Amino acid sequence: MDFTLSEERRMLADTAARFLADRYDIATRHRAAAAPEGFDRKLWAEMADLGLIGALVPPEAGGFGGAGEDVALVFEHLGRALVVEPFLASGILGLWPLVRAGESDLVEAVIAGRTLVALAHGEPESRYAVHEVATRANEGDGWRLTGRKSVVINGDSADLLVVSARVSGDLDAPEGLALFLVDPAAPGVTRRGYGTVEGGRAAEITLDSAPARPLGEPGQAFALIEEAIGRGTLALAAEAVGLMEVCKDTTLDYLKTRKQFGKPLGAFQALQHRMVEMVLEIEQARSAVMLAAGTHQADRLTRERNVAAAKHLTGRVGRRVAEEAIQLHGGIAMTWEYPMSHYAKRLVMLDHLLGDTDHHLDRFIRLGREGGAA
Amino acid sequence: MELTYTPEEQEFRTEARAFIAENLPPALAAKVKGGKRLSKADYELWHARLQTRNWLAWHWPVEYGGPGWTPVQKHIFDEEMIAAGAPRIIPFGVNMLGPVLIRFGTPEQKAHWLPRILSGEDWWCQGYSEPGSGSDLASLRTRAVRHGGHYIVNGQKTWTTLGHHANMMFCLVRTDPDAKPQEGISFLLIDMTSPGIEVRPIVTLDGEHEVNEVFLTDVRVPVENLVGEENKGWTCAKYLLGFERTGIAGVAFSKAAFSHLKRVARETRKDGRPLADDPLFAARMARLEIDLMAMDIFNLRMIAAAAQGHAPGPEASLLKIKGTEVRQEASDLIRRALGPYAMPFLPEALDEGWNGEPVGPGYANPAASQYFNLRKSSIYGGSNEIQKNIYAKLALGL
Repeated sequence: MDFTLSEERRMLADTAARFLADRYDIATRHRAAAAPEGFDRKLWAEMADLGLIGALVPPEAGGFGGAGEDVALVFEHLGRALVVEPFLASGILGLWPLVRAGESDLVEAVIAGRTLVALAHGEPESRYAVHEVATRANEGDGWRLTGRKSVVINGDSADLLVVSARVSGDLDAPEGLALFLVDPAAPGVTRRGYGTVEGGRAAEITLDSAPARPLGEPGQAFALIEEAIGRGTLALAAEAVGLMEVCKDTTLDYLKTRKQFGKPLGAFQALQHRMVEMVLEIEQARSAVMLAAGTHQADRLTRERNVAAAKHLTGRVGRRVAEEAIQLHGGIAMTWEYPMSHYAKRLVMLDHLLGDTDHHLDRFIRLGREGGAA
Repeated sequence: MELTYTPEEQEFRTEARAFIAENLPPALAAKVKGGKRLSKADYELWHARLQTRNWLAWHWPVEYGGPGWTPVQKHIFDEEMIAAGAPRIIPFGVNMLGPVLIRFGTPEQKAHWLPRILSGEDWWCQGYSEPGSGSDLASLRTRAVRHGGHYIVNGQKTWTTLGHHANMMFCLVRTDPDAKPQEGISFLLIDMTSPGIEVRPIVTLDGEHEVNEVFLTDVRVPVENLVGEENKGWTCAKYLLGFERTGIAGVAFSKAAFSHLKRVARETRKDGRPLADDPLFAARMARLEIDLMAMDIFNLRMIAAAAQGHAPGPEASLLKIKGTEVRQEASDLIRRALGPYAMPFLPEALDEGWNGEPVGPGYANPAASQYFNLRKSSIYGGSNEIQKNIYAKLALGL
């Protein structure tokens, strides 16, 4: 039983923390978010040079980390600095299928920050379902894809798309799924990019007989899609913990400095107790993320069930922390100018990425039944 | 980060499990698991069995008769004990007074009292709360006045758990009424058979008698029964309250309650199917299970820190809050799961040897009463609101 970080991970944490403290203040973040692509390519390249993308990839695939603990560590730090650079899209969701398919040249280019990849999986009707895919793949003169992909994170600026499509089976069958590489500049690909409410970018992507190259054996991709999404879900749960820590610290500082009725807000017991409850719930959420990270190399059911538990709990606690942080501050946290407001926004909106609290509670229950638990 | 137990720890778990299987009478385990009343003799038997291996006084140094366990070993043994349906260790002598005597007692006090705790010769109870002093313990008013070789004690203690079994009480008394509240308190050991002591039962809302009022009228206590210095009793009291707080979350109890809940939800039907398959109930259970999984890790984080020599800090307050909330929620869901069969209550069915016909499933009878009993857990040991005050002050600096 050991909850401390290994020497390598401590160094990784220090590197990430120092770079983000020195180079990534809230003004830089807002500038990056307001740029046409929704992030800063130059900063992205620097982060890649520091190894922050490589840390998400196992050594045998050209990285130097890749375990659940590495993913959680990096994303908690990204959360603490409210980073908008495309780590989820190009460091996890789009990259992981390339890693598993042994696309070593592409993996190297992505780790180096030269190529930006995004996963186009969700569809207008699929909500958060992992297995529900209507986009069709047909083989004739090479593979061609037809369908619509929705809210593809960083899909507007990706240099390469990893797209899920169905080669056989019903709309919601886990069997018959495939992953393909699609060049977004190819004929038949239309992208409509837009900003998201908390400061990111995404795209609606229409595929009309778009040329595609299969990743792995077409028809067998469910496990890989689930794995990539599970990994992304762990990453978001860890990011949520980082965001919560900042909300908590900022709120605590404010309670100590803001005076009303002649004393600091923190002198009022009603607020003290709410602050303690916030801290307690964050410790619970952090514990759930530690469990998911520490068992991410375990068998599928353990891994996915613990990830579902972590995403459910960080979603539940995240909303509470965001709302309480705003409420305990009062009016100031309603302003765009106050940095913490943006943390609270991201925290709430994480629940809309890769499955919300209800989705993951349902998944937790189903995975439990699959494993024979009642 | 390593979430698994070392091979040595796993071996210890096997050893603990084997010991418990060998020493815990099945009839006693069945009583515990069935929510039946336990007698004084039940507890004494289990204490004595544990003491055959020096496994009773977990928190005592080896030279005083402790087992020399690490925090992780204590946690493992606790889990195994509760999973097997062993009676809980009655904490007053072994976990509360013992460490205080070891820290503050004279050589004579240690030599006299410690072996008697281990042998079970003395059954201790705790004289802390008073009718006017609950969460505000330092306002206590039971008065001790020194007369030659004795203190004369007058006052009233309350919520004295299992005081009707006890022959000894460790007691906080006011020896200096003019000092600040915390500075005029002393820690006395009082013989419950002394003239002037009357123990009256308090029946709690579940209909059970577990706690008592203790009236003290001109009770003579020899001065050699003062622990620590006169008027410094608050130091002992705080030491005792803060002692071994890693077990405070009661995770093992909640785990046992959750597996019981799973069984009840599998065996109870709704719309012709197991209640566990009902989406609303399954969601309630899953939320609780996730809270419990997270709390388990939170608790292990504290234990791992303790194993590395970090004294349990104010986080223990957080664990106490969450631990009691989770345990209360589990008891609430068990009660709900039973539906109408949570209503029938046959108090006699809680007695040992009762073999009448239960109403509904056998496990239904104690469920609602246990739910009501467990409301105490967020009140005792420093109410959850007091824990929030403590954490706000010590950890958050508010």
